Amino acid sequence: MRQACLTMGKLRSVEELEAWRAACTQAGYPARPCLSVCAGSGCTASGARDVLRALQRNLQRRGLENIVELKSTGCHGFCERGPLVVVWPEGIFYNRVTPGDASELAASVGDGRRPVERLLYQDPVSGARILHEEDVPFYRRQQRVLLANNGKIDPRSIEDYLRVGGYTALGRVLSGFTPEQVIEWVKRSGLRGRGGAGFPTGVKWEVCRARRAPTKYLICNADEGDPGAFMDRSLLEGNPHSMLEGMIIGAYALEVKEAFVYVRAEYPLAVDHLRAAIARAEEHGLLGENILGSALSLRVQLVQGAGAFVCGEETALIASIEGRVGEPHQRPPYPAEKGLWGRPTVINNVKTWASVPVIINRGPDWYASIGTERSKGTMVFSLVGKINNTALVEVPMGITLREMIYDIGGGIPEGRPLKAVQIGGPSGGCVPASLIDLPVDYEELTQAGSMMGSGGMIVMDDSSCMVDIAKYFLAFLSDESCGKCFSCRKGLQRMLEVVTHICEGRGSEQDLELLEDLSWLVRETSLCGLGQTAPNPVLSTLRYFRDEYLAHVRDRRCPARVCRELITYRIEPTRCDGCHACARVCTAEAILGAKDELHTINNARCTKCGACLEVCQPKAVLVD
Amino acid sequence: MESGQVQRKGPQAMVGTMKVEELLRACPPSAENLIPVLQQIQEELHYLPEEALRGVARHLRLLLTEVFHVATFYNCFSLEPVGRHVVQVCLGTACHVRGAPRVLDRLLRELKLPGPGTTDDFDFTVRTVRCVGCCSLAPVVRVDAGTHGRLTQTRVRGLLNRYRRAEEAEPAACARPA
Repeated sequence: MRQACLTMGKLRSVEELEAWRAACTQAGYPARPCLSVCAGSGCTASGARDVLRALQRNLQRRGLENIVELKSTGCHGFCERGPLVVVWPEGIFYNRVTPGDASELAASVGDGRRPVERLLYQDPVSGARILHEEDVPFYRRQQRVLLANNGKIDPRSIEDYLRVGGYTALGRVLSGFTPEQVIEWVKRSGLRGRGGAGFPTGVKWEVCRARRAPTKYLICNADEGDPGAFMDRSLLEGNPHSMLEGMIIGAYALEVKEAFVYVRAEYPLAVDHLRAAIARAEEHGLLGENILGSALSLRVQLVQGAGAFVCGEETALIASIEGRVGEPHQRPPYPAEKGLWGRPTVINNVKTWASVPVIINRGPDWYASIGTERSKGTMVFSLVGKINNTALVEVPMGITLREMIYDIGGGIPEGRPLKAVQIGGPSGGCVPASLIDLPVDYEELTQAGSMMGSGGMIVMDDSSCMVDIAKYFLAFLSDESCGKCFSCRKGLQRMLEVVTHICEGRGSEQDLELLEDLSWLVRETSLCGLGQTAPNPVLSTLRYFRDEYLAHVRDRRCPARVCRELITYRIEPTRCDGCHACARVCTAEAILGAKDELHTINNARCTKCGACLEVCQPKAVLVD
Repeated sequence: MESGQVQRKGPQAMVGTMKVEELLRACPPSAENLIPVLQQIQEELHYLPEEALRGVARHLRLLLTEVFHVATFYNCFSLEPVGRHVVQVCLGTACHVRGAPRVLDRLLRELKLPGPGTTDDFDFTVRTVRCVGCCSLAPVVRVDAGTHGRLTQTRVRGLLNRYRRAEEAEPAACARPA
């Protein structure tokens, strides 16, 4: 059976696909025990490859290499506790695994063996050890639809994708749907673009379908440029076929023969996995001419972005594929009418494409039953910043920020108070702690002065200065502005200057009004989404944290003690134990005092780098 | 990583020119191949020498200004030669709120650089990037292919020394993650 599954060639019908699936399912997972190691970017950076190699050696040493399967999977989402290892079929979940644990882990696999207690997740409140992934509180509150299979399958294996029901939706569509029906289902599901703007996907498809043109294109926008966001990357790394399947179904609905996937070149692993997925799909007749023996043909090309945030904007992205600089142009006409090389083009985000097979498999009504009235389905967020469980999470629309931060995210380190949540990347805004019960959906976030964006969620505590955050985003955006519109190019520079002045204690109250004026100007007179939303971080912080701005301009004080020009360091004499650690790390030679004596800081020399604060064990270094 | 050698005149520069010619031969001469071919040259030589830009313009029948426009627009292209080790400091939002600016300052001070750029001895090139997507390990610094997370200022010197030492011991090993 396994042989049959490995030597399968081009599939010529839906029946052949199903026969192959049956063969694959019998031959492998979960028939034999399997150790799956998370090899997403997060876990890899914490040493997952070393764990994988150590496990391999240990299985070989025990003569288990043909009995226990070893597999590297995509991101499980719980990056904070990586590297993660799951033992199948029991689903035993191990976290923070090191290569030194490999021998014990290899020995624990098999019937009747005891799990390795010390590597199980420990509940931070009760202290109890939790055996299964789904019982960990972090996972229990989520609804994983798009990410459901990320931790189960080897992203490079099309057989694994088939085992979890992959390409079933494509089979169904080809054997019983008209293109109009597909679009009808997508419309009924209420799916809205997951790239940020939230335009109804079905409507976009309908516009494109209505255009009479001999050539049309599909594009998958995987140019995930928001800092602090890695949702699309994890999906492409962990389950690239799900996105491809969505695109093939889209190609059927829109009668398209050519598609492009535009991926950030900074995501080498995603590029690699996607390339493998396209090759395997072509090999087995799921891409190329006459897909599964039908009249549908689709060629998918991978295009690597060259590093420009503005290329996430659809018209700029199109310009970039055409080989030009990524400058946006006026809409309308929208790409669905006139896009790549002047042809009707549908551009959707990775998560949008990956949602399509789910809608076909489970039905539009099921999909529409999740979420709020106007925002349907699930949304993937990357939950980062000052949070205990830095992670990739998938939740139903309409969940509150409180549930996200405290139930799933495990709260804020050291029990510090929540100050704000920055949602929606550089175009989004800061939602203050007072709105913690805000349901997360497109409309509610927009009303609060933020936006859904592509799903970046950065949690900030009282040690984050909101003026500094506004400065950070302005610096980012003025760097990334393509320069086409004067208002965005120069307006953002001026705004950055004003905010920098405020951070350096040289601002005045009039500056706040100037900022508001400039914000209005940039928003109203810029061509594309980048400029139109660029003032959001400033406007939302001015709206909710005006006091903090006022403290900077009136009292020349930074309440969060971040802005360098407004703070001083000192050593509290009653706490200093004379260990001399601070003096050793001070590159400015600003710390006076010999070992075992009281130390003091010479403020004239101090560069306020904060190194002394970092190393002081008795916490004697204070910031005023 | 042979990156450090390419900017020196002599046999290596020749190798660079030959490599560019080879890449251009394989590239169909139409304008939409501009970005991919520049990416390939960048990957081979780690920067885009003027000669290469001229070669690309000739091959794709574009104006040099058009090629220059694209080469300077996108972040992944560099017109300057880079050092033996490329240090990328992540300034993504998660890294920012967890202290990345301080790590960057320290790094620049250790390498005696006024800002991101290349050291005089071509050992290190410091660049800033907006998010490498390892937010759980913030603040993150990537040296060549190795990712180093949960960095503090005080760990910066040791990190650099590791790469300096790898160099002395075995020049070819430096690209591997430490």
